Amino acid sequence: MRRLSTYGVALATCGLILTACGTAADDNDSDNDAAAAECETVQLEGDPQVGLAYDVGGRGDQSFNDSAYAGLTQAVSEFGIAEVTEGEAGQDESEDIREERLRTFADSGHNVIVGVGFAYSEAVDTVAPDYPNVAFAVIDGFDPTEDDVNCNVAYLGFAENEGSFLVGAAAALQSQTGTIGFVGGVNNTLIQKFEAGYAAGAEAVNPDINILTTYIEESDPAGFGDPAGGQAAAEGQYADGADIVFHAAGFSGTGVFDAAVAADKLAIGVDSDQFLTAGPEQAQHIITSMLKRVDTATYEFIASAVNGEPDQGFTTFTLADDGVGYSTSGNFLTPETIAALEDYKAQIIAGDIEVPTQP
Amino acid sequence: MSEREKAPAGGSATPAARRIAGSVVSGLLPPLVAVVAAMLATSVLIAAFGGSPGDFLQVIFSVPNDRVLLTIINQSAMLSISGIAAAIGFRMGLFNIGVEGQYIVGSCAGAFFAGSGLVAGPLNILATLVVAALAGAAYASIAGLLKVFRGVSEVISAIMLNYIALTMAGYLVTKYGQASGYTFTTERLPLDAQPLGFKIFADAPGDVWALSSLALILGIGYWFLIARTRFGFELRVTGASSTAALASGVNVKRMTLITMALSGAVAGLVWMPAYFGSVHTFGVPENFQAGLGFLGLAVALLGRNRTLGIFFAAALFAFLSGQSNNLQSAGIAKDVIDITQGTTVLAVVVAYEVVGRRRARSEAERVSRQLEAERAEVVAS
Repeated sequence: MRRLSTYGVALATCGLILTACGTAADDNDSDNDAAAAECETVQLEGDPQVGLAYDVGGRGDQSFNDSAYAGLTQAVSEFGIAEVTEGEAGQDESEDIREERLRTFADSGHNVIVGVGFAYSEAVDTVAPDYPNVAFAVIDGFDPTEDDVNCNVAYLGFAENEGSFLVGAAAALQSQTGTIGFVGGVNNTLIQKFEAGYAAGAEAVNPDINILTTYIEESDPAGFGDPAGGQAAAEGQYADGADIVFHAAGFSGTGVFDAAVAADKLAIGVDSDQFLTAGPEQAQHIITSMLKRVDTATYEFIASAVNGEPDQGFTTFTLADDGVGYSTSGNFLTPETIAALEDYKAQIIAGDIEVPTQP
Repeated sequence: MSEREKAPAGGSATPAARRIAGSVVSGLLPPLVAVVAAMLATSVLIAAFGGSPGDFLQVIFSVPNDRVLLTIINQSAMLSISGIAAAIGFRMGLFNIGVEGQYIVGSCAGAFFAGSGLVAGPLNILATLVVAALAGAAYASIAGLLKVFRGVSEVISAIMLNYIALTMAGYLVTKYGQASGYTFTTERLPLDAQPLGFKIFADAPGDVWALSSLALILGIGYWFLIARTRFGFELRVTGASSTAALASGVNVKRMTLITMALSGAVAGLVWMPAYFGSVHTFGVPENFQAGLGFLGLAVALLGRNRTLGIFFAAALFAFLSGQSNNLQSAGIAKDVIDITQGTTVLAVVVAYEVVGRRRARSEAERVSRQLEAERAEVVAS
């Protein structure tokens, strides 16, 4: 049921949500959905055994990977899965090594395999056809080969622009200066979704708001692991009058928080509830976080496999199913702000507000 | 140690044979000692953090499966090419730390050219190799020119150029490439320009990439150039002493320019095996393997700038990386392999230094013994 509805959402919003499919992938996406409908259910052999392959950083990044781990833990304890193996990507590793990690899982009897992060898209696309009885999933994934659909792969995406809309609105509602900032890790279409939603939300509250945007790197993935770069970017924005800065920069975000502490200004976290994961000093400056429920996606996928009907094709986790959202830990958001955000949330879910995916 | 022990025992052996045996020992011993030392250091580190060194050694020394073996072969081919690129500079006393940047520029230019399909069919492969090599050479020449005409250290300029290379490649691909998922890539390589690889394992997916053979060709070419040509001789002379080279009529400036360009040309080719063999498109970060250029410097150091040494070092590095995946199932972080690789290079530098000093000392002793003997003869007569 849920899968059907999310397919519907994915189809209906392809034009506005999945920027990734905005150009070449546009036709491809509907092809995939059509083809996915023709796909038969993946028949797992034996009890579910889970293999989870993390992105660079692995467990302990207080963000993306840890969130996937939380979903895994929940599924393991709930369903009593006996066999679980985790792997982690290395910096600058070759495509072969990524593929080998997935094949090692599959060869050793793991039949539910999750790649955490879109870097696994190509590897899963290559490996999946060789293991028709294994259910694969790629978080933030995409299908690199347009004509060749893999029935045993689930692509789990998020409507980051919708969640970012809400924290953008929160920033505009609570800004004293009328200037807010956005720090992105790498200037790619994924992070642009955060920027576009954030700007749209802020402008919905205050059409005259001044939004400063900085990307740490244009294309180098180092932008997600560069706290010094995050700090420099945020310092610049605070100096230019911003009093709240939202980061979508992974581990570089800790630098943004440091800058907030130094300037005694405010910041907005991303992916996890960073009020809970940051240090005590930093936490006092994190007014909310844009939640991207990688844990939910991971858990739901494993659950679908345990129930004998592993998810297939594209699934987008949205505001409607709490796949994205905002946090209220620390009580920085005023009751008026929260009321306004809930109102926006309802309007987005109802389709009255269309959140752009490109700035 | 072994040399001196051998001396009295092998008193009947000719000095020449003894010297050859000595140079074999002093050539092979340091890398061997270095590998053992690196394994020990990594084991100690793992134990210190509560892991099991036994598991580590067991995983590392297990026999890799066919797929991993293929990866190791292909990776060592690319690492060898990168090592050769670095070694060309090292031989002349140029520290071309820009191999990484030249590698990126060569890969990017080659992939754009090949993907455009300007040249049809298999000829595209040859043309692309030329483009990639020229791009690498041109990029390296920036550092070469700055050094010769402005006296800028090639180390400094090349480091800066490395940063520029990655950013520039990313910009070009974003501007002129096509969207693929969340990133951008160059157009895919046309099918008719995808060479068949060597299928050495029938059951394993994948093959030894056709252009991995480039490593062998370049290895032999490098050896020939250095050992058998006048250019190679001048290069070595300049490396040993640029003032002496200048005094004996070598145009050092010209040599610097050519060597930088040559090193860059080889660096531009490093990724071509992977591009034609499996990836077929270029895009940072997903469709590119950054870091091979830096590893090439370590490979050249470990291999002492000799062709066979470079092959050995590349194979060792590729083997360690290939085995590292399995470390995770043993509960050991795969990053410890970086420590093993780093320690190996460090240890081999120290080991060669020790061997070199020992050899110099024993040489001095031999000469003084000989002189004394001659003097005794003169006195006796």
